[in-house]
Amino acid sequence: MSRARADEEEYWHSSKFRAFTFDDEDDELSQLKETKRTVNSLRGIDDDDDDDDDLERVSWSGEPVGSISWSIKETASSSTSSVEGRDSSLQKGSSSYAAFPKQVSSYSLSSLFKGRNKLPSFQSLSDALSDTGVKNYAPELRRPKAEYKDYSSDWSPKDTVRRMQRGKVCSLERFRSLQDKLVLLDEAVAGHDGNVITAVLIFLKRTLRREILFRELEVRQVALCHLIHFLKETDEQKLLLDLLRFLDRSEEVALSQYREHLNIQDVEKRKEFLKACIGLPFSAEDTSHIQDHYTLLERQIIIEASDRHLEKAGQSEIFQRYPRKASILNMPLVTTLFYSCFYHYTEAEGTFSSPTNLKKTFKIPDKQYVLTALAARAKLRAWDDVDALFTTKNWLGYTKKKAPIGFHRVVEILQRNSAPVQVLQEYVRLVEDVETRLNLATKYKCHDVVIETYRDLKDRIQLTAYKCKVERGSAEEEKINSILNNT
Amino acid sequence: CPSPQAIVWDEYLTGPFGLIAQYSLLKEHEVEKMFTLKPGRLPQADVKNIIFFVRPKLELMDIITDNVLREDRGRSPQRDFHILFVPRRSLLCEQWLKEQGVLGSFIHREQYSLDLIPFDGDLLSMESDGAFKECYLESDQTSLYHAAKGLMTLQALYGTIPQIFGKGDCARHVANMMIRMKREFPGSQNSIFPVFDTLLLLDRNVDLLTPLATQLTYEGLIDEIYGIQNTYVKLPPEKFAPKKQGEGGKDLPTEPKKLQLNSAEELYAEIRDKNFNAVGSVLSKKAKIISAAFEERHHAKTVGEIKQFVSQLPHMQAARSSLANHTSIAELIKDITTSEDFFDNLTVEQEFMSGIDTDKVNNYIEDCIAQKHPLIKILRLVCLQSVCNSGLKQKVLDHYKREILQTYGYEHVLTLNNLEKAGLLKPQASSRNNYPTIRKTLRLWMDDVNEQNPNDISYVYSGYAPLSVRLAQLLARPGWRSIEEVLKMLPGPHFEERQQLPTGLQKKRQHGENRVTLVFFLGGVTYAEIAALRFLSQMEDGGTEYVIATTKLINGTSWIKSLMEKLEPAPF
Repeated sequence: MSRARADEEEYWHSSKFRAFTFDDEDDELSQLKETKRTVNSLRGIDDDDDDDDDLERVSWSGEPVGSISWSIKETASSSTSSVEGRDSSLQKGSSSYAAFPKQVSSYSLSSLFKGRNKLPSFQSLSDALSDTGVKNYAPELRRPKAEYKDYSSDWSPKDTVRRMQRGKVCSLERFRSLQDKLVLLDEAVAGHDGNVITAVLIFLKRTLRREILFRELEVRQVALCHLIHFLKETDEQKLLLDLLRFLDRSEEVALSQYREHLNIQDVEKRKEFLKACIGLPFSAEDTSHIQDHYTLLERQIIIEASDRHLEKAGQSEIFQRYPRKASILNMPLVTTLFYSCFYHYTEAEGTFSSPTNLKKTFKIPDKQYVLTALAARAKLRAWDDVDALFTTKNWLGYTKKKAPIGFHRVVEILQRNSAPVQVLQEYVRLVEDVETRLNLATKYKCHDVVIETYRDLKDRIQLTAYKCKVERGSAEEEKINSILNNT
Repeated sequence: CPSPQAIVWDEYLTGPFGLIAQYSLLKEHEVEKMFTLKPGRLPQADVKNIIFFVRPKLELMDIITDNVLREDRGRSPQRDFHILFVPRRSLLCEQWLKEQGVLGSFIHREQYSLDLIPFDGDLLSMESDGAFKECYLESDQTSLYHAAKGLMTLQALYGTIPQIFGKGDCARHVANMMIRMKREFPGSQNSIFPVFDTLLLLDRNVDLLTPLATQLTYEGLIDEIYGIQNTYVKLPPEKFAPKKQGEGGKDLPTEPKKLQLNSAEELYAEIRDKNFNAVGSVLSKKAKIISAAFEERHHAKTVGEIKQFVSQLPHMQAARSSLANHTSIAELIKDITTSEDFFDNLTVEQEFMSGIDTDKVNNYIEDCIAQKHPLIKILRLVCLQSVCNSGLKQKVLDHYKREILQTYGYEHVLTLNNLEKAGLLKPQASSRNNYPTIRKTLRLWMDDVNEQNPNDISYVYSGYAPLSVRLAQLLARPGWRSIEEVLKMLPGPHFEERQQLPTGLQKKRQHGENRVTLVFFLGGVTYAEIAALRFLSQMEDGGTEYVIATTKLINGTSWIKSLMEKLEPAPF
């Protein structure tokens, strides 16, 4: 690919700025298609593109390291410059970067890298591989004198921290007094290297009494954060909670404790654990969520036990026709509601598994409830239930259709569940906005609705035009004709 | 080591390493085999040395422990173990290994400081996944320490950067560390002529808005939809028909198509930073040019002409296959961007960013929750609304929270708390909403955006000009003094530091010569922001060119994901 690199550069260079002056205004999509056609038609000519070169593939004993081998292969085959550069890569580190792109910005790092003798990462990688005994791979700045001294047990806190930052092992045991330890910690914090801070904290945690450690950390926020993070990582839950309690961070204590439930697989145990969480000092808002979480799991356990039994017994028709795909345990509330609308729709409010009971217990908003119930009943093609969902009776006994979610949404959901046109059009008709109604009716071929709407709009032109959309000789056509004749 | 060796890779590292070293190079150094790190017994390999290349993570230490413990003691020759931490040797990890009783098995424990990895000619990344979370949720500044170290290395190579500007707490920390490091190594004053004139350090939390919006550049959209990992992208194979004739009868490929994306590819360099709406016309134009070039073979009469044509052939073929790939990618993206849902989502985003209806519950978001769209999408939108309103009214926030928890599960209360801690989601503290002032002063919303032939950075989001890049732009001209008021509204301090250069190294600028600014995004940067900076670099009267560095390349999805509480996988 890079054989003609020089030409290439010139070629593209000249065309570079034209990018901003196109004149085509065609529809993008057709343009893309056309572009593709053009490109495809060119396919016949070439027969290179054979990326398979002789580079040996790594044998992984069944477990390939995908990306690196792959990228190795790709870059190697696409850039001769880097292949040539390989032999001399040590003295001329920049060669690997020659494979790096020519820039959009005229400034490019590749040019920056040029001429530098020592490319740190490259050099060190090869060092690392040729001799793992070499001590320092990092491109270090010039080291202070102290660095060259042999091992000494007499490092100052500052030197100790600096050594540790370099990844050297230091014994911390000689920092005996509290004073020394705290100086060490402050030095570590000043270095901002979390690795070192954590290392010192581990040492302090081991050698200091808990109360003293906590007390000293309280005035050292950075170190404190690191310890909290460390305790979370290593799962030292008890110490973490003690610490948070000491700091009076009650909400964090609560959340941190609550998080634990994720590690409990057994549902009964998880339920008990959640129950214990309810009393924790969450924010008022979160408390009600945790309470709900517990109540929900409690419900799910009851429902699951009873439904599994029903399903096994083979007595219940609904479970036979629609076997459950998964257990309901640990599912979100809305999923549970859907489940209950699907399998337990007609149950009386008194039972735990009835939708109305769930709605009441968890104060599910009307909107949410109707959406979920609608989806569940539509899936079962229980159109009467759907109808009932939107029918309200006023005190005179008149019925009226009402939906808290807008009938266009109802139509969408019904349509997704492939409701028949008869059902669909009933709800399309209820869409208030005329334009939306027309759109939906046309889209889902609810001819009657379209015709009636045009009639009400007294739009003869549209109505006449619509005639070609309905079947010849159908009742719809007749209807259109009769309207057109009668006005 | 003199004898053959095998490398066991932490899989996460193979991506970045693939960018700097090729297998052939490793092979020259007697790397016989490479494996991915996983629990169990290490595969058979006739090597003397086993080297683990790993990030310092405790869960990885557990796997290594398992590997080492299962090693057959009786085998001969015995294999030696070494461990190479990237980017830092971790005392914590070593402690862990010690507790597991395997530390002694390692003959060498070393570190390989891979701070900044070059991703493109003007782009460096530390690829440190958790940098944002560590800095803003856990107050762990280790990644900042690495950033400072990386900057010191960069200065050792390209000269001391005379001017440092910054905005945000993390920026302040990094600048402090750099100054401290310099003081501690007085000998580090080098005699290299400085390449960079200015360093701009920007905290991600100064601009929480930008990553939440959907990127609309070509590269940005590829990343949003398919996710670019270490310059590679995996695409659904359907649109990539078999390459050669005669293979036409073959079944369509089922493996994802993997492509490398960087500016080495001329066409990609040209279109990557364009608004997606401007890509189609470039592609069609290119198709015509190439098609015409191929046509020329019919006109080639003399041997000289034929020779000329043939010599151009490799380049033309490369250009053709590149064009074919990008046409296919553009088609894939087009399918998405023309979908109704993409449009609705974008409309809501743009309403929020231009300040419309940010203070009440949004219908579209509610609908998406009701239809159980992916949680991350919901969180992106809700956070965007919160940021564009300087926090949500308590009632609105509670409503969203309740809906999210009821639909996606109560355990997400943990994630919501993380988002609040990071400032992405919050109740409005005072009744005052600062965002309109910030938007107007920094001209973040441009109504008359030109996508085809842009004259302002706002083209990268089709109207919204990324705040972070606006700050960089205003710093170059006329300077931050003009926007003091707004800077005070954004979190964290802003500052300026100077590093003295020896007189011999001070730059005498030629007339018309551009200044070079290194912009370092602490906590991540998006492709759209990079595109916007490249756009500024290319402006004829811009006067400033930009090189970009970051802790991690992010998009809204990967970013929010990094802040989510790791939950157990669903029980089935």
